[in-house]
This record gives sequence, C-alpha cells and structure tokens, in this order.
Amino acid sequence: MRFLRRENLPHIWCVGCGHGIVLGAVARAMEKAGVDQDRTVVVSGIGCSSRAVGYLSMDALHTTHGRALAFATGIKLARPDLRVVVLAGDGDLAAIGGNHLIHAARRNIGITTVCFNNGIYGMTSGQYSPLTPAGYRTTTSPFGHLERDFDLCRLVQAAGATYVARSTAYHVHQTITYITRALNHDGFSFVEVFSPCPTYFGRFNRMADPVKMMQWLHDGTVQAGQAARMTPEELRGRVVIGEFHRTQEVPEYARSYREMIARLAEGGDHGAG
Amino acid sequence: MSQPRLMQGNEACVEGALEAGLQFFAGYPITPSTEIAELLADRLPRVGGFFIQMEDEIASMAAVIGASLAGMRAMTATSGPGFSLKQENLGYAAITETPCVVVNVQRVGPSTGMPTSPAQGDVMQARWGTHGDHPVVVLTPSSVLETYTLTAKAFAIADELRVPVILLTDEITGHMRERVLLPDPGTIPRSRRPRAGQAPPDIPPMEHFGEGRRVMVTGLYHDSTGFWTESREEADRLVRRLAGKVESRREQLTMVDRWHLDDAQVVVVAYGCVARSAQRAVHLARERGHRVGMLRLSCLWPFPRHEIEAIAERVDRIVVPEMNLGQMVGEVERAACGRCKVIGYNRVDTELIRPEELLPVLEGV
Ligand SMILES: Cc1ncc(C[n+]2csc(CCOP(=O)(O)OP(=O)(O)O)c2C)c(N)n1
Ligand code: SF4
Repeated sequence: MRFLRRENLPHIWCVGCGHGIVLGAVARAMEKAGVDQDRTVVVSGIGCSSRAVGYLSMDALHTTHGRALAFATGIKLARPDLRVVVLAGDGDLAAIGGNHLIHAARRNIGITTVCFNNGIYGMTSGQYSPLTPAGYRTTTSPFGHLERDFDLCRLVQAAGATYVARSTAYHVHQTITYITRALNHDGFSFVEVFSPCPTYFGRFNRMADPVKMMQWLHDGTVQAGQAARMTPEELRGRVVIGEFHRTQEVPEYARSYREMIARLAEGGDHGAG
Repeated sequence: MSQPRLMQGNEACVEGALEAGLQFFAGYPITPSTEIAELLADRLPRVGGFFIQMEDEIASMAAVIGASLAGMRAMTATSGPGFSLKQENLGYAAITETPCVVVNVQRVGPSTGMPTSPAQGDVMQARWGTHGDHPVVVLTPSSVLETYTLTAKAFAIADELRVPVILLTDEITGHMRERVLLPDPGTIPRSRRPRAGQAPPDIPPMEHFGEGRRVMVTGLYHDSTGFWTESREEADRLVRRLAGKVESRREQLTMVDRWHLDDAQVVVVAYGCVARSAQRAVHLARERGHRVGMLRLSCLWPFPRHEIEAIAERVDRIVVPEMNLGQMVGEVERAACGRCKVIGYNRVDTELIRPEELLPVLEGV
C-alpha cells in the first residue's frame, strides 16, 4: 500500500496487537479520503500506538508523551493547507495529554485525531489508564480497578469537537468509514478505536489469546442505533460504538485566524464579527 | 531614520523579534514576561504572523516546535515556573534540531517564591534543565537596547545551528524603561536555516513539513534518515554531534564586553541586570585609584572559558556578583582553575545588587 513506509517495517507491535489493524484502517481511510501524502503530517506522542507514524509514508512527527496535539496545533496554524493527523494512545491523549485534547476540541482546530484505545498503558507494560474500565485488573490495579473510565467521545464532544465517532479493531470497515469521514471533516475530528492489547490488558483479564480479545470487542459492543432502543440495564458493561456527532456549523480555528489576518491587512478593526 | 524611544525591555524583545522576522508565538501568561505576549497578540496578526495563547507552557513550547518544523520563525516567552514546564520539550527541540527562541524573564524561585520579584536563579536551569546531554545557547541582555539586539541574534543562532536558543533576561531588564535608538528597520538580515546543499558538515540540512520530503522527526535517538534507532554507534554519534556543533563554535558565540582589563588586578564578571551595577562599581573604584576591570557576559552558554582563563592568568581576584546563591561563579572557578582567587557576591532577597555594596568587595576590604 502506497501509504506505508515499507523500509521501516517490520513494526514493533506484539502478535495480536490491535494497533496494526488500526494503522491499516488509517492507511485505507487515507486512500479513500484521497489524502495527498506530500501534504499531510502525521503526529503522535509516546506509546506503542504512537509508533504508528513511523510506518506511514508522509511527514511524520513523533513527539513527547501526551503532547501530540499541542505540536500539531503549531503545525496546523503555520500551514493550514496541510492535513494534520494525530495518532496516539488512550493514556497519551486522555491522561497526560487530557488538557491538550479538550482545548484542541474547544478551538475546533482542523486536526484529525485517532485514539488507539487499548484501555491500558502498553509501552510501560500494562498500568491502568483513564480508559481502563472499572473492575478490570492491571499491574497497578491488581485488585480490580476502582476508578471509573472516561467516555472520551462524550468528553471531546462536550469540549467542542465537531466530528466524533467510536469503533473497534474488530469492526474494521466501520473504523475505515469513520476515519475517512474524519479526514474529510473541516474542524476538530475525533475517532476512538478500541484496539486490543493481549499482552497486558488481555493477560491480566483472562484474554491473553488475541482471539478472545476480538470476541470481547464483538460481544462487549453495541451499535449506537441499537443502543438507543436498549434499557440502561441492558447497556450496562457494554460500549456503544457509532458516529455520535457531526456538525459543520462551527468555524475551523486556523481558517478563522487567517481571515482575521486578511481583515487586518485590509485595514479592518479587531471587531468580534 | 529611527527616532529615539522610551522603551521597556520586554517591548524591546518584541521589537527585536519582529525585526528578525518572527512569524509565530505561542505562550501562557506569567509575570514578568506577559508584556511580550500581549504586545505580540496585537502586532503579529498585523504582519501576517500567528499568536496563540495555549493552555499551558508545555503546550506553548510544543506548538512553537511544530510551527518551526513547518517552516516558521517561532518563539515563546515565560518566566521561572513556566520555564520549568518547558524543559522536556526544550530537550525535544535540542535532539530534533528544531530552531526556536525561548525567552525566560527570570523571577525568584524556587517555586512561586515571591512572585514577580527579580532574580538570576535560572542560569543552571537554562543550561541543564532538561534531562540528558544536549547543546544549549543562552544569551543574557543587560539593557533594553541589548534585549532588542540579542533577541534578533537569538533567531540567527537558532536557525544557523538548528538549536533552541534561550534569551535569559530578568525582571529588572524586562521591566526597566530606557531611551533607545533602534537600528533602522530592515537592517537586521533575516536568519537562514541550513538547507540542502548549504549545510555545514556537522549540521543536517533543514527540511520542513509540507515540502514533499516525507520527513521523519522523532525525539528518540535516530539515524540520518530521522528514523528511530537502537544502534549504540548511532546513539553515540548523534549525542556527540549535537553537543559538538555548539561546543566547536564556542569562540564564535562568545559575546563579551571588556572594560579596563589591560591593567586590572581585580576583575568583575557579571551579566544581566547586575552587570549595570557592577559597571558603576568598577567606575567608582577606578575613580578611587583601584585597578579594577570588568568582563560582561552576553552569552552565558557556551561559557567563554578561554576569556576567563586569560583573565585568571593576569589578575589577583575575580568577583562574580549574582542575584542567586552562586551559579555562574562555579563556572568561573572551573575556568580559573586556581590561577587566581574567585569570589562570589550574592543576594537572594529580591533586591538588585547596588554599586556601593560591591565597592568594598572590589577594593578588597
Ligand atoms: C513525561 C513522560 N511520562 C511517562 C512516560 C512513560 N510512558 C511511555 S509510553 C506511556 C504510556 C503509553 O500508553 P498509551 O498512550 O495508552 O499507548 P499504548 O502504549 O498503550 O499504545 C508512558 C506512561 C514518558 N515517556 N514520558
Ligand atoms: S504491549 Fe500491547 S499495545 Fe503494546 S504492542 Fe504489545 S499488544 Fe500492542
């Protein structure tokens, strides 16, 4: 596939890791969205998932833990003509980078973010993340996790993201569709993709076998349309996937800034329109 | 022709940056650096540039690096607590060789200390604040006009050497107002990054995002393709080259003012706001017949080691006044290496060191 940087393969991920599937979905979505790979920058933080940018044949920026969106904001403002895509883990985006996530969403800056959600910190070997579901075991919650997990999609939507969707590595076609739409969206778009980590999440929760994790993604999810007809009891413990939010009514930030510059160049005032 | 203007240090920093062709500023408010952000919020969009107030200092530093990698001359400004937050990404800029300018208008520390009061406590943070071995260039102005010239110089060095450059000023220099005559507009040459075919052997050519080069940039040890590597040889080569590209240009980067060094028996080595008092003290001591000289540092790192060595050969004593418990004095001692006595004079009560209090130290009473 022309979007992959073949010379950098093989990738670093474990056998059965979902990150390769998500990366494949990103590459296919880029193909479908007609992404110009000479005018696209992929940006990531630190973590297993963040290595994804090294395998894509385009400008790539592998930054510091949690900061991908802040780096990406600088790029998008400097070059709004470029497509800027952030690929990062749930720990990266929701914990250390949580503040950047909500503010990027609030600004509605034209960045597409794909969250590789394995519910865990993979690269540091299996500690709990803000997306670890309550009750599950990790190396830092050996007696079952007490904290509740974020519903990251609701969080970014509330913060102001204008395209929000969730899928899984099992539902590959759906994932490709959502990422394609996100790439074509003008504004801050966010796609969360469940990506199994059999090595840590699986091993601690009796799903060390990648097939079991896939089964879990299948059994534990429910489509948004169907969920709307289900009772809270029926929904308990299940994750709703689907496209949650899509609007083009909010101006994209980098363009708004350019428009302000143009107004000032014409001698316009600072007027808040 | 420019007219003389009454101007604050922070304002001069803005003027210097704009004259040097600043295109992007990201920051987070903190006294005593805030005027820089406020002025740039107004000025930058008028000249087609970008100002963004980020959610914190970490994000600001990140955005600056992103914009620089996308081809813009980029800067951020902060003070102590914010400078601490920027450290991880400063290291990132160093290893990825991303040109950028970071202004630190120093205030007291540690922590929030006595907010907004002056100090010179960030000298070692500027040198070693981020983890690991890395190059660093730190410039320190002593006046409003010098804030202007050094800000512009910072961009030139950042671009040429592909390094983050720190402008280490202080509350007094930043807030002080002086009458200055700025150079005529358009007289500062635009800084240049080493592009393909023009780069010196120890600095890779800069390739920007969006040029179709499919650049790979990572904070991990990487090979010449930019891709991460686990090779020990590559790691060693990278870190040594990064340190070496600044180290080997130490003489070129040395910026000092020399006063009465020829016959001096006692020499004051000073920088930043304190250099103003020290210069006055030297003048007073001279009037009273003491053979006192002074070396003022405008570039702290790389440290002008050879200058100090030469002075230490000839004098009895070097005095290093600082508004900290003694940071630069250690470096001076290291360079003097026992050739002469090195004495620190320190204040950390947020008061500027006055000329009169330095006199007895210079005169040796
Ligand atoms: C400032 C900082 N803190 C901690 C780390 C250690 N660290 C590396 S990756 C990582 C978490 C990765 O988890 P996630 O983002 O969920 O990605 P995954 O590896 O699970 O794909 C952490 C905590 C770091 N590199 N930098
Ligand atoms: S540790 Fe988990 S997330 Fe990381 S590569 Fe292995 S399976 Fe994937």
